[in-house]
Amino acid sequence: MTVIQQKIINQKSGNKLIDNENVRALLLFLLSLGIFLLFWEVGARMKLFAKGMPTASLTITELWYWVTHPFYNNGPNDLGIGWNLLISLRRVAIGYTLASLIAVPLGILVGISQIAFKAFNPYFQLLKPVSPLAWLPLGLYIFRDSEMTGIFIITIASIWPTLTNTAFGVANVDSDYLDVSKTLGASRWRTIFKVIIPAALPNIISGLRISMGISWLVIVAAEMLLGTGLGYFIWNEWNNLYIPNILVAIFIIGIVGIILDQIFAYLEKLVSFGKQSS
Amino acid sequence: MNTSFSSNNHAVTTDSATDAQISLRHISKVFPGRGGWLNKITGQASSDFVAIEDIHLDIEHNTFVSIIGPSGCGKSTLLNIIAGLSSATSGEVIINGEIVDKPGPDRGMVFQSYALMPWMTVQDNIKFAVETVYSKMHVKQQQRVIKENIQLVGLTGAEKKRPHELSGGMRQRVGIARALAINPQILLMDEPFGALDALTRGFLQDEIERIWEQQRKTAIMITHSIDEALLLSDRIVMMTKGPAARIDEVLDVPFPRPRDRNTVENHPAYLKLKKEMEDHLYRETRAVEEAQIKP
Ligand SMILES: Nc1ncnc2c1ncn2[C@@H]1O[C@H](COP(=O)(O)OP(=O)(O)OP(=O)(O)O)[C@@H](O)[C@H]1O
Ligand SMILES: [Mg+2]
Repeated sequence: MTVIQQKIINQKSGNKLIDNENVRALLLFLLSLGIFLLFWEVGARMKLFAKGMPTASLTITELWYWVTHPFYNNGPNDLGIGWNLLISLRRVAIGYTLASLIAVPLGILVGISQIAFKAFNPYFQLLKPVSPLAWLPLGLYIFRDSEMTGIFIITIASIWPTLTNTAFGVANVDSDYLDVSKTLGASRWRTIFKVIIPAALPNIISGLRISMGISWLVIVAAEMLLGTGLGYFIWNEWNNLYIPNILVAIFIIGIVGIILDQIFAYLEKLVSFGKQSS
Repeated sequence: MNTSFSSNNHAVTTDSATDAQISLRHISKVFPGRGGWLNKITGQASSDFVAIEDIHLDIEHNTFVSIIGPSGCGKSTLLNIIAGLSSATSGEVIINGEIVDKPGPDRGMVFQSYALMPWMTVQDNIKFAVETVYSKMHVKQQQRVIKENIQLVGLTGAEKKRPHELSGGMRQRVGIARALAINPQILLMDEPFGALDALTRGFLQDEIERIWEQQRKTAIMITHSIDEALLLSDRIVMMTKGPAARIDEVLDVPFPRPRDRNTVENHPAYLKLKKEMEDHLYRETRAVEEAQIKP
């Protein structure tokens, strides 16, 4: 009896760390990463891949160089990756803020008023599926300025998810909340600000999150044609035919995308109030 | 409640105690069907649905009235019309001599689904009601009203909690406090305890009985529970099955107040009333089921 108990206790304490799901997932992740890097390194050294494919070690060395020397400036074609990142982030910040300032109020209006919904929905339906890059020549023609055009493209790209999610959230506010407001005799404005908007907030934030994701996708594509920014950095390295730096930029774009998304994931959690327990 | 405006209210009600406070005059509600050639082609057309027909009822001041009837007969429809949330197709609701067709703070509503705002704390939910109705009241006084009502329903200590952190019974206490905090003349409750387990339900019934003895507001409650109706009501309105549901009979409940479960159940009239209600519900529910079996 005691021996068996002792055994169970030993087993438990011995496997405690490995039993944890997160620890296991981390181990699996590290293992797969190791195999991937090894395969890459060996494959590249044996010239199994396309011609000029850099090795993993070279790419990591480059990454280290860029991360430790982010800010230098030798003219637009040789700009530190930190500057490029800040330029991209600034364009996204301005364009995205403009889009949100348009999309949230318009979404609320369209969500509240059936007439507004019917009147404006054709525009949304027509414009939503158009790739934001299709607006690029028009932007360049109107603004004759790459900076403004970049912001314009981001604004157009990030309006739709916020707009449609806000309208959906507002139109689908639980009718019980509205009944409470009505039985108390609340004014229309009070109902909008104290009931409808807070009730729709989870949807509004989800819309903002999707819009942010799209902005970040689009800015890289747009910048290839605009000069400066992370997208241009990639384009420039393509012209230099230096692949390691392209891989470095892809990695950095991915990391920044994760950070931006997590900020919104956190906001979503703040306004869920027990609705989703994830 | 011991706020100044509630005593005013009592003065008014005793003055005109002889008249009915709420008069339902021949109320009918028809939900329009879907007509039109498009619906006919797609086979989605439906004819008009008469939910309730010719409901006529007077309710005196300070009475507690329960409405009971087979499910789907139109009880919620009727209560929503009294609340002003939906309008009658014909007939009118007269409260204190005036026709009402809108919701108003003279009527406080308790919802079966609690209908608490999840982003507001317990206190803020009640505050929302008080601020909306008494926007000109001094903030100090508003806070007092909120505090009193939280105490009244036994929620002291939970003020800062959000609804999702509370059990169903506690949530409905918030719902009741919110309805009472605006000091309505009339309290409307649509199956207020329908979603609660038996024990919690019992607690809340006792709570309602205690509060009602204190405040004696006119109250209309929809319920499916015979015992609940007998414990709380002065009069019980029994409705027939729908469509075109009517009032079948109104029972007077003679039990002395204040009441508690034991004295009520030992009252000589208890068994007879209970039997009468059971027979009625059995008959109507049976008829509903038969109507569903027949094509
Ligand atoms: N908006 C509506 N349109 C069409 N029919 C409706 C509508 N609302 C309710 N009804 C119908 O009216 C009838 C009465 O509904 P109501 O909700 O008032 O019943 P109830 O007595 O409250 O039922 P329950 O006991 O289940 O709460 C039902 O047959 C229902 O299908
Ligand atoms: Mg109902």
